[in-house]
Amino acid sequence: MNAPLFSASNLRKSFGGIAAVNDVSLCIQAGQVIGLIGPNGAGKTTCFNLITGLYTPDAGQLAFKGKPYKPASPHHVAEMGLARTFQNIRLFKSMTALENVAVGMHAKTSQGVLGAILRTPAQRREEIKVQKQAMHWLHYVGIGAYSNHLAGQLSYGDQRRLEIARALASEPALLALDEPAAGMNATEKLKLRELLLQIRHDGKSILLIEHDVKLVMGICDEVTVLDYGKVIAQGTPTQVQQSPAVIEAYLGGLHHAESRE
Amino acid sequence: MDIFAQQLINGLVLGSIYALVALGYTMVYGVLGLINFAHGEVVMIGAMVAFSAITLFMGVFPETPGWILFLVGVLCAVPVCMLVSFSIERLAYRPLRNAPRLAPLISAIGVSIILQTLAMIIWGRNYLIFPATLPTDPIVLYTFAPVLDNDYERIISITPVQLLIVVVSAALMFGLTYTVNKTRLGKAMRATSENPQLAGLMGINANSVIAATFVIGAALAGVAGVMVAANYSVAHFYMGFLPGLKAFTAAVLGGIGNIYGAMLGGLLLGIVESLGAGYLGQLTGGFLGSHYQDIFAFAVLILVLTLRPSGLLGERVSDRA
Amino acid sequence: MNKLANRHQQIIGFLLVAVALAALPWVAGLIGNSWVRILNIALLYVMLALGLNIVVGFAGLLDLGYIAFYAVGAYVYGLLASPHLTDNFETIAALFPDGLHLSIWLMIPLGALTAALFGVLLGAPTLRLRGDYLAIVTLGFGEIIRLFLNNLNAPVNITNGPQGINMIEPVQIAGVRFSRTVDLFGIEVPALHLYYYLFLALTLLIILVCMRLQNSRIGRAWTAIRDDEIAAKSMGINTRNMKLLAFALGASFGGVAGAMFSAFQGFVSPESFGLMESIIVLCMVVLGGMGHIPGVILGALLLAGFPEMLRQVVTPVQEFLFGTVLVDAEILRSLIYGLTMVLVMLYRPNGLWPQRK
Repeated sequence: MNAPLFSASNLRKSFGGIAAVNDVSLCIQAGQVIGLIGPNGAGKTTCFNLITGLYTPDAGQLAFKGKPYKPASPHHVAEMGLARTFQNIRLFKSMTALENVAVGMHAKTSQGVLGAILRTPAQRREEIKVQKQAMHWLHYVGIGAYSNHLAGQLSYGDQRRLEIARALASEPALLALDEPAAGMNATEKLKLRELLLQIRHDGKSILLIEHDVKLVMGICDEVTVLDYGKVIAQGTPTQVQQSPAVIEAYLGGLHHAESRE
Repeated sequence: MDIFAQQLINGLVLGSIYALVALGYTMVYGVLGLINFAHGEVVMIGAMVAFSAITLFMGVFPETPGWILFLVGVLCAVPVCMLVSFSIERLAYRPLRNAPRLAPLISAIGVSIILQTLAMIIWGRNYLIFPATLPTDPIVLYTFAPVLDNDYERIISITPVQLLIVVVSAALMFGLTYTVNKTRLGKAMRATSENPQLAGLMGINANSVIAATFVIGAALAGVAGVMVAANYSVAHFYMGFLPGLKAFTAAVLGGIGNIYGAMLGGLLLGIVESLGAGYLGQLTGGFLGSHYQDIFAFAVLILVLTLRPSGLLGERVSDRA
Repeated sequence: MNKLANRHQQIIGFLLVAVALAALPWVAGLIGNSWVRILNIALLYVMLALGLNIVVGFAGLLDLGYIAFYAVGAYVYGLLASPHLTDNFETIAALFPDGLHLSIWLMIPLGALTAALFGVLLGAPTLRLRGDYLAIVTLGFGEIIRLFLNNLNAPVNITNGPQGINMIEPVQIAGVRFSRTVDLFGIEVPALHLYYYLFLALTLLIILVCMRLQNSRIGRAWTAIRDDEIAAKSMGINTRNMKLLAFALGASFGGVAGAMFSAFQGFVSPESFGLMESIIVLCMVVLGGMGHIPGVILGALLLAGFPEMLRQVVTPVQEFLFGTVLVDAEILRSLIYGLTMVLVMLYRPNGLWPQRK
């Protein structure tokens, strides 16, 4: 029995007395696409922030590639092989698309001050490699033509894809995407779906927060549903869709109906 | 013991000034997230305008009693300070409300320099002797029994100006607390301070509230400036910089954005600095003399920001993305 | 064919600039020796602005106490190149009976390293503070340094207090002392000109280093931190170390400039290293275009040269118009700095010569 690529156990995080994440456990095997869904405010992004080291959990364990981890800083997480995108698109606006992706490769490259100043052969080789690899990832997500455009000038959909390219550049084992389809139209979402499948095909695992239920149910192997910080259902898409708790959370009672499609 | 008590009193006086000025910093930071770098200069302007007003008045009415002169100084200084602060907000900060964080700070530094330079042009570079307006004989509060072999009189005293500072500061702080807690303006200020957008939706004009915040802080600073000048009998174009910086430290110490924090921080800083100045020589075995006393404020600043950045009473800054 | 023509154009352009730079002090000297002096001081400011640019422009950290590193470099050089240490400390006098007389190739790096050390000392506890707090803390640090420089003359006389350190030896390279006029290959070269070439060489070196840093993994990491620190951390950048690096490098350039200032002036005192100086350098970076090397150089040259030119003009003009000087050049200079900062932030926040577009 292989150890899962990633596991979170009994994560808990409170802000000012309110539990944003309450006893959440999650497991990802290598090669899987796992969905994390739930109404707005359910704690999905907080989970992401806990997993990627932006917040410190009040309780719970995290493990990656079989080893427990407690990151002191998000950069350790990236170095481990876990890369993420952000709900509110956090690109480096003053840099081009190519440079953004090059930054994504920071953890995988090593040239420092001396290399930069002295332009050693090793440094020059690494720079060439970085430029080539960055272009490769831009083409991979389909925005190779915009390599020299400033990140802020790209269309919304392209910006989302750029963020994915940047995350891929660190060659992670697990890619954590926070609402990559937000704001996309139907065509763009189809292309995104293809991209995600391609990423999985190429050996990476994906943890996906998404509101687009069709997209999630279509590509995820397993889905975890959160509501008010707690896991209310966990299983295959079909199982989850039929869970009364999930139906209640999405359609009934105190929540406003999802206004997206 | 006598040094301790005397320094405690000095600290109280100094702290009252810091508190008054710190209030200006803290209110602006609470509502805008901006360090009003030029606030120290407003204190200086208060002192300088009072100087001119008093000197002019004395020239026209030479027989005026001191306390009326003092009042004239304050009455002239405060409106000018309020106008200056209002203009700064309107011209140098408001256009930058949505600019990246460093822009208003750089602008504020520029304004600070402009104000100092204008003061240099109007009043010259030299130290100005601030006219004596209040009696200077210290009021003896307590006399210690003389120690054998020791000649000097060990007393604790306070001058009328110092007493005035403490009383006026306390009154102003009380007035401000009342305003903030009981009046509509105060409520509007608190609402804008917590959540500007929401306050706007409730019909509160954020621009007016912000302008009012600046103006109130400036009035306090103006009074502080006059009192400082009266206390040290000197006014100078550069006199606002260091007290401004220390007052900001006090605001951070107490918890930025928190009015009570500013008052507490100001008093604490004043006391720490006075005691420190008194004992610094002894503490460091003669290595550091009392001219290092300015270091206290900086040391406190660095310590607070590194160890407890939210300050003693907690910060209260608006949720600005 | 076009490419070759382009290459030729580039080379010719480059040569023209080189000749112009080499001839500049001689031309300036024709107008008056003080202009060569101004040129040298302007170059020092360019070095400072480039150093601060690494901190403010590349990494986005507002440092209001940058001049402290200038001071450290200046004092280190001053102490090592003057009789102060041997006059005041018997042990040192015993070790170096003929005076310290260290090589300049040792003193400049020492100045740079000491400044870098102070940069790390300041940065380590404070770099995680948010922007405006960091600004105030660095300001405080700058003032503390000046305070110590002004007061460390008792009980042990390290800095000689407000009087400063004088009798600092001029630069000596390959046996050539930069004092008075030197006979080089039959040409009479004044010392001022020698300093110009030395400063120019150092400035060009610093420019080269900055350019290389900017277009490297490190430069990208700094820009990432400046644009979005959280995203930068999530991409694997150790933001703390990167910020510390920016601080230390920026400080070291300040230290080099300080050492040169020391040698050039022949004396240093705490007066030269006040808050206003830090603000002036910041003003240069802001005016030129934060992060853009050519812009920063332009900003430095403008703000270093313009007030000097103003000084030559303003006094006689005012005396002609008003019979007396109402606003002297110093005040005008300060006014310009203040107005520059406000106006640039209001109307051209990216500077006169920004990076792109």
